[in-house]
Amino acid sequence: MESTIINVLLILMAAAVTVLARTRNLFAVVVLFSIYSFLMATAMVALDAVDVAMTEASVGAGISTVLLLAALSLCRSQEAGGGQPTWLPLALACTCGLLLVYGTLGLPAFSDPDAPVHTHVARRYIELGQAETGVPNTVTAVLASYRGFDTLGEVLVIFTAGVGIVALLRRRRAGGGGR
Amino acid sequence: MTLAGHFSYFATIFLMVAGLYIVIARGNLIKKLVGLAVFQTSVYLLYIAPGKLIGGTAPIIAEGFQVYSNPLPHVLILTAIVVGVATLALGLALAVRIQEAYESIEEDEILARDEADGDAGAR
Amino acid sequence: MKSYLILRVVAKLLIPFVLMFALYVQFHGDYGPGGGFQAGVILAAGIIFYALIYGLADARRIAPDWVVELLLAAGVLLYAGVGVAGILLGGNFLDYFVLAADPVRGQLRGILLVEAGVGMTVCGVMLKIFYMFAGRGEAQR
Repeated sequence: MESTIINVLLILMAAAVTVLARTRNLFAVVVLFSIYSFLMATAMVALDAVDVAMTEASVGAGISTVLLLAALSLCRSQEAGGGQPTWLPLALACTCGLLLVYGTLGLPAFSDPDAPVHTHVARRYIELGQAETGVPNTVTAVLASYRGFDTLGEVLVIFTAGVGIVALLRRRRAGGGGR
Repeated sequence: MTLAGHFSYFATIFLMVAGLYIVIARGNLIKKLVGLAVFQTSVYLLYIAPGKLIGGTAPIIAEGFQVYSNPLPHVLILTAIVVGVATLALGLALAVRIQEAYESIEEDEILARDEADGDAGAR
Repeated sequence: MKSYLILRVVAKLLIPFVLMFALYVQFHGDYGPGGGFQAGVILAAGIIFYALIYGLADARRIAPDWVVELLLAAGVLLYAGVGVAGILLGGNFLDYFVLAADPVRGQLRGILLVEAGVGMTVCGVMLKIFYMFAGRGEAQR
């Protein structure tokens, strides 16, 4: 039953992306991207990744959509252009896809308890996480305590992105728009 | 190796290939950025789907549950999502500046204008 | 959009709950899904919602530019400060067990401070990015 729900959500996501690739109107593209993000967040809940689902829903379907719409209103472009032959990119992408499919044939099946990902350090985090850090949410314990250094790097990355955007979109006082 | 066992991988690869196709086949900058975002979100699926255990629950320790899904991919993908929105915002800021400098965000028109300016500068 | 009665009333009803939910998610990240990232984004989304309905000038009055920039930088400083405090109290960088007498209480204190830092920076950055994009559009008109 759980697998069926997950598979149906994956098929809906694939349908949304197919329509997105073929749409020319940019506003429709942004709305389809928001739909795709919501479907991804729902699939994350079905896959027991509740923290990731909350983040994807708020960041992907919330902030990303607002930023895309803001950029769209600034760029004032309504239709994507067309007319170039697209069989070469399609062939390239399909070749990449076939190579990836060949690569995933050796990976463990879905929901296999003996897969390597379940048998090493994750077991220790689940068993000892609450005793060592006092926090029942294992994801928060790993994020803030066991792998706190990575989270510091990530905060620095988001800080740098903010600084970069200020540098790109800042208006200079004298002389109007900066060039 | 069954279809049911690997369906999540195939769906992930389809989304990845679709995102890649949008990036390389379309000329509009904003559509390219949306394709890049689709590519990034498909990678999240690639990490989280193998961590799921049917019959398990979210990795929040509680009374009455013994089987928990793997928390390690969740941590990696949390960081990846926030970094993804940061790069999307930077890409959009660049697109806005390109629009102001070239009056267009279509790749062909930008290249044509660059070549025209290059010829005018060489003369 | 201020002239549409339904949007104004719904915004006034919803925004306090959105802000409260952001605080809930921040502090209950230990016991349920949530944490710094989600809380920062939800807080920023609440203020962006206000800016969309009532205008950028009103939003700048309740969340001025200097407050947003301060929040941005203070979050990173708080996180790095917790790390340095670990060194000053005798452990390594980002050791939490030295922050209190009992190691588990030290872990809880460290996780609380660190998640607060993350939430502050994420909220500040999202708001600043929105202000930059929206401010660019206003200057063009």
